[in-house]
Amino acid sequence: MTDTAHGLGAGGPAAGSPGAGAEDEAVQARGKLKLAFFWAAACGGCDVAVLDIHEKILDVAALADIYLWPVAMDFKYKDVEALPDRFLDVAFYNGAVRNSEQEHMAHLLRRKAKTLVAFGSCACFGGIPSLANLFDREEILDWVYGGTFSTENPAGVRPQPRFTAPEGELTLPEFYAGAYRLQDFVPVDYFLPGCPPTPEWILKAVEAIASGNLPPRGAVLALDKTVCDTCPREKTDKKVKEFHRHYEIIPDPERCLLEQGLICMGPATRGGCGALCPSANMPCRGCYGPTREVVDQGAKMLSAVASILDSDDEEEIRLALARIEDPAGTFWRFGMAASLLGGRAFDAGSAPPDRAASATPPAGAGATPPTRAGADVAARGGKK
Amino acid sequence: MNQDFEPKILGFFCNWCSYAGADLAGVSRLKYPANLRIVRVMCSGRVEPTMVLKAFACGADGVLISGCHPGDCHYQQGNYKTLRRVPLLERTLAQFGIHPARFRLTWISANEGQKLVQVVTEMVEEIKKLGPFPGTRARFPELAPHLSGATVIPGGAIPAPGGATTTVGVPGATLVAGGETHD
Ligand code: SF4
Ligand code: SF4
Repeated sequence: MTDTAHGLGAGGPAAGSPGAGAEDEAVQARGKLKLAFFWAAACGGCDVAVLDIHEKILDVAALADIYLWPVAMDFKYKDVEALPDRFLDVAFYNGAVRNSEQEHMAHLLRRKAKTLVAFGSCACFGGIPSLANLFDREEILDWVYGGTFSTENPAGVRPQPRFTAPEGELTLPEFYAGAYRLQDFVPVDYFLPGCPPTPEWILKAVEAIASGNLPPRGAVLALDKTVCDTCPREKTDKKVKEFHRHYEIIPDPERCLLEQGLICMGPATRGGCGALCPSANMPCRGCYGPTREVVDQGAKMLSAVASILDSDDEEEIRLALARIEDPAGTFWRFGMAASLLGGRAFDAGSAPPDRAASATPPAGAGATPPTRAGADVAARGGKK
Repeated sequence: MNQDFEPKILGFFCNWCSYAGADLAGVSRLKYPANLRIVRVMCSGRVEPTMVLKAFACGADGVLISGCHPGDCHYQQGNYKTLRRVPLLERTLAQFGIHPARFRLTWISANEGQKLVQVVTEMVEEIKKLGPFPGTRARFPELAPHLSGATVIPGGAIPAPGGATTTVGVPGATLVAGGETHD
């Protein structure tokens, strides 16, 4: 990694320090782009996607110096803090904003970079991490530090944001009540969706930035049509009597998957990926987020599913739709934080989401989140 | 339960049957709770799940969709579309933590003013027991300092930082980094 890191410019942490040393000046003279990559609540896939551009990474290396890349290089936050404001040309931020450290870095990178790019579906729409917005903080902590099959925590230890040790006070970032989008905290210049973004669009973005040939600020770097519009499968306006889970049928390789009863998010999803998933016999999961006209991707998909169902009989309709497990998790898979409600409300007397429906947690203490009335949550004031 | 709480219920009523039914209730001097605010739509099939979610996001305590009875739709098939949307929408609302009493689909024909009165009265009573819909804003306190509009800004739309309308994003060009104001 060190070699690659060196090949990418900037070299060691020293180059990231301010003070504009000789090397720094040389860099400026060469007019190289100054980049930063940051991962927040992310799986690491977005960072891997950057490496996925393979030998083109050398072009990036020729174009750019890197000042922060936690997954690959050893810079410290303080190195970034010490940079002059607006020193970086572009900061790529991937992952949702889930804790106070990630929010801090969002503000810091916004301040240090001229252009801030929300990189990947989590930074753009909340992504998979924001599905946790269907639960509240206490439920999540109960589950992770008590409920899961592999948790052994007889003392019921919970992470604390502060701990005083003999050596001094230790702190941890504060775990937020929800997972949010980057744009919920700072203005974002460009959105590069995808889980992860495809190498093609990463390169396009880097080239556009390098050449200064950029679309208007606020643009989503993808197409302005749906995945369906770019999908090679044959659409016939056929309706379906029933829906299937993906493993239950062997889909016809030529025909539209939705018209074969598979929940394919293509109609509600922005194109640009090249319809990768339907081309590989997988229904689209919706990772590119909604198109410009769509207010709420999941709600749009609810409509699409209803219109493909071929029945006028209430009972038959209910039965057919019952086959779709976990509608919220399916239709808002990548966009809970971008949904109209942003997550679950804690309505009086409403049941918590049925965890057992989508997973099979072991029976036992903490396995089922306690039912809470909205009043309770209000009493906690949303803070722990 | 708050005795003084008067729920706000948003009604999406189709032009041909339900809105006419509400008219009839008025003409016949039938009284129904003033908690219902009616939005007239041409057909209940026009009511997309987005509209229902948005109503809740904007502070409705309940949403009522009303259309012609199945088979009576002015556009033949419109209310079947509604019928197909609602079961999935109901399950979704439950996952979003919205109590089932807050959302209802009903069929009210042009001569069923009395049914309108009954449905609305029931709904208001049930929602009064539940109290106001808490929404999600209080739940996500970290967002509070950053929210300016009435509701969560849907994906893709970004607030113009500091009201700036610049569209320049070229390295080296001047951008207004509105994020700075949050520090
Ligand atoms: S629904 Fe899926 S399979 Fe069908 S056309 Fe759209 S993207 Fe392709
Ligand atoms: S087909 Fe859908 S899930 Fe697959 S890459 Fe494209 S947008 Fe993402």
